[in-house]
Amino acid sequence: MTKVMKFSRRQFLAAGTAGSLLLAVSGWLNAAGARRFSGEERDMLAAIVPAILEGTFPDDPAQRRARIQRVVDGLEQTVAGLSLATQKEIGELFGLLVVAPGRWLIAGVSRPWREASVAEVTGFLESWRNSRFALLQGAYAALHDLVFGAWYAQTESWSAIGYPGPPELFK
Amino acid sequence: MKDRIRAGLAAGWKHVDASLLTASATHEFDVVIVGSGAGGGVTADILSAAGLRVALVEEGPLRSSTDFHMREAEAYPSLYQESAARKTADKAINIMQGRCVGGSTTVNWTSSFRTPPAVLDFWARQYGLSPLTGEALTPWFAAMEFKLSVRPWETSPNANNQTLARGAGKLGVDFGLIRRNVKGCWNLGYCGMGCPTDAKQSMLLTTIPAALDRGATLYSRLRAERLLFRGERVIALDAAALGADGIRPSGRRLSLRARHFVLAGGAIGSPALLLASGVPDPYRLLGKRTFLHPTVVSSGLMPEPVNGFAGAPQSVYSDHFLQQGPIDGPLGFKLETPPLHPVLFSTTLQGFGESHAQLMRDFTNAHALIALLRDGFHPESRGGQVRLGDHNLPVLDYLLGEVFWEGARRALLAMAEIQFAAGARWVTPVHEMSAGYTSWAAAKKGITELPLKPLLCRIVSAHVMGGCGMADAPVRGTVDHRGRHFWLSNLSVHDGSVFPTSLGVNPQLSIYALVARNASLLAADLGRVAAG
Repeated sequence: MTKVMKFSRRQFLAAGTAGSLLLAVSGWLNAAGARRFSGEERDMLAAIVPAILEGTFPDDPAQRRARIQRVVDGLEQTVAGLSLATQKEIGELFGLLVVAPGRWLIAGVSRPWREASVAEVTGFLESWRNSRFALLQGAYAALHDLVFGAWYAQTESWSAIGYPGPPELFK
Repeated sequence: MKDRIRAGLAAGWKHVDASLLTASATHEFDVVIVGSGAGGGVTADILSAAGLRVALVEEGPLRSSTDFHMREAEAYPSLYQESAARKTADKAINIMQGRCVGGSTTVNWTSSFRTPPAVLDFWARQYGLSPLTGEALTPWFAAMEFKLSVRPWETSPNANNQTLARGAGKLGVDFGLIRRNVKGCWNLGYCGMGCPTDAKQSMLLTTIPAALDRGATLYSRLRAERLLFRGERVIALDAAALGADGIRPSGRRLSLRARHFVLAGGAIGSPALLLASGVPDPYRLLGKRTFLHPTVVSSGLMPEPVNGFAGAPQSVYSDHFLQQGPIDGPLGFKLETPPLHPVLFSTTLQGFGESHAQLMRDFTNAHALIALLRDGFHPESRGGQVRLGDHNLPVLDYLLGEVFWEGARRALLAMAEIQFAAGARWVTPVHEMSAGYTSWAAAKKGITELPLKPLLCRIVSAHVMGGCGMADAPVRGTVDHRGRHFWLSNLSVHDGSVFPTSLGVNPQLSIYALVARNASLLAADLGRVAAG
């Protein structure tokens, strides 16, 4: 957690610029139709999703991986349904997180996302959640809402919480 | 079951889904109305009844009961602004606002209250709105209540609402039953996802079909981008057709010309359209004094199942804490309950990982209360400001100051006390630093010490008001008490953006009644005899 607090404003801005450049290069929003996540973004989200949803996931590695992919697919759909301005903001956040300096300096995750442990990702999310920077707190809140929204929108999440689903209507 | 909208379309209603347009075009009407929610629906009904040729412009899609499957995964992206996650610029407040034909009336929880007399008195004193007395508005309330079947809800409240009544009753906190605009309601609990049984008497089911039956034209997926004006007259509305995704402009445009223009795009959309159009605003009032009823949430666990997803979402309320002092004193708050559905509940709850998962495992026993703070009356509660951001899309800044947080703390305390009095075994404010409390004594101490700040304490809103406030003079407001713009002679604003403060009640009925009055006066002005 302290690791995150150490970076300077200058470093933060530098990483932000790097993220924006990457964003420009990767062509966010330029493609026609809904934008797909890049491979790097999917890797990053596949590391974040199980940390946020810890306690809801099966232990079996294959089932776990498949479920993570379904949640990431759900996230992609959710993001595509937001306004262009919000999609751009999310693109900037993701752009920042997928580049190594951003991941390291801003999130404090030293290893590539594919190798990051749940504990390490949990530490990063906690540090953002309690950050003194409103920008990082807001970014945490965005990840929180996106991931929980993508998971609990899915029928397969409901039995564990006792939600019977909507009533059947005979129309 | 009959779907009123699909039947009307089959019978030849004029509906243009702008995403299907193959060419840009210009069309002419008597009146162009921007927005199809509470204000736009009522205006379209009354003006079409007066024999005027009306166009109704909506940015969202046309959906109806056949499409309403009671699934959050479908409803939020298709019926709400930003998939029900519209946010203030600093991300500290989550705003639920409709974006579909019928606007927020298609997805609201049906709570119906008249504008409180104390609010009208305040407007008369501070904004010179003396024509808007309770007495003058009573017939308009009565007419709209009759039209929309606003009646006491006879069915017994669901467990989530009963818990509020039980806790309040034990503590001697006054509470009442909420009137609802429903007819033949099945008590399902899915109002927020579009009524699947056509029971909710929203604009989608009432005023809009009435206007379409009389030949009005409905445009969906058409974004109003700019009013073109010359001198003191608006000439045309310049609008962008959205593509099939409902988000990106398709490149086709419509220019809609008319004798008169009515803005009813809601308290974020209407001021934003006026800002984007560069209309005269010499006193720099546009978009300012935007109010939200900023709302704090308290979540509890009851010993018995609550099943907060089932049954009419809001049937019990308490105004006890709105009546503790003068209206412009420390912020008062209204207590209500929210429906609890998996996405809405999980995204609102604090934390993540195992602690969050544990709260979700108790989902069926969860109970929640919301406190809606009455902003805009205390001299330091001046609301937020709408401005234009990327793509000219509206952005809302709203600073939550000390006056707000002082009220928020009282509200969190009051809700926890009520929940414990009702038998809760555990209660937590929705706040990132709270792990919850197992007794009222512990909650009292904990909440008193909790740091209350944006992004730590969850703030939500479902009521956006203000930004084009009414007043008796242009130095104090954007429109007069009839919604007429002070600077452009053929422009009116007919929605919640005209309120000079918040209301302290769910706004739909206040908008219906005020707009019914103002649209009727406008119809007379436009020189036609009301046809019935």
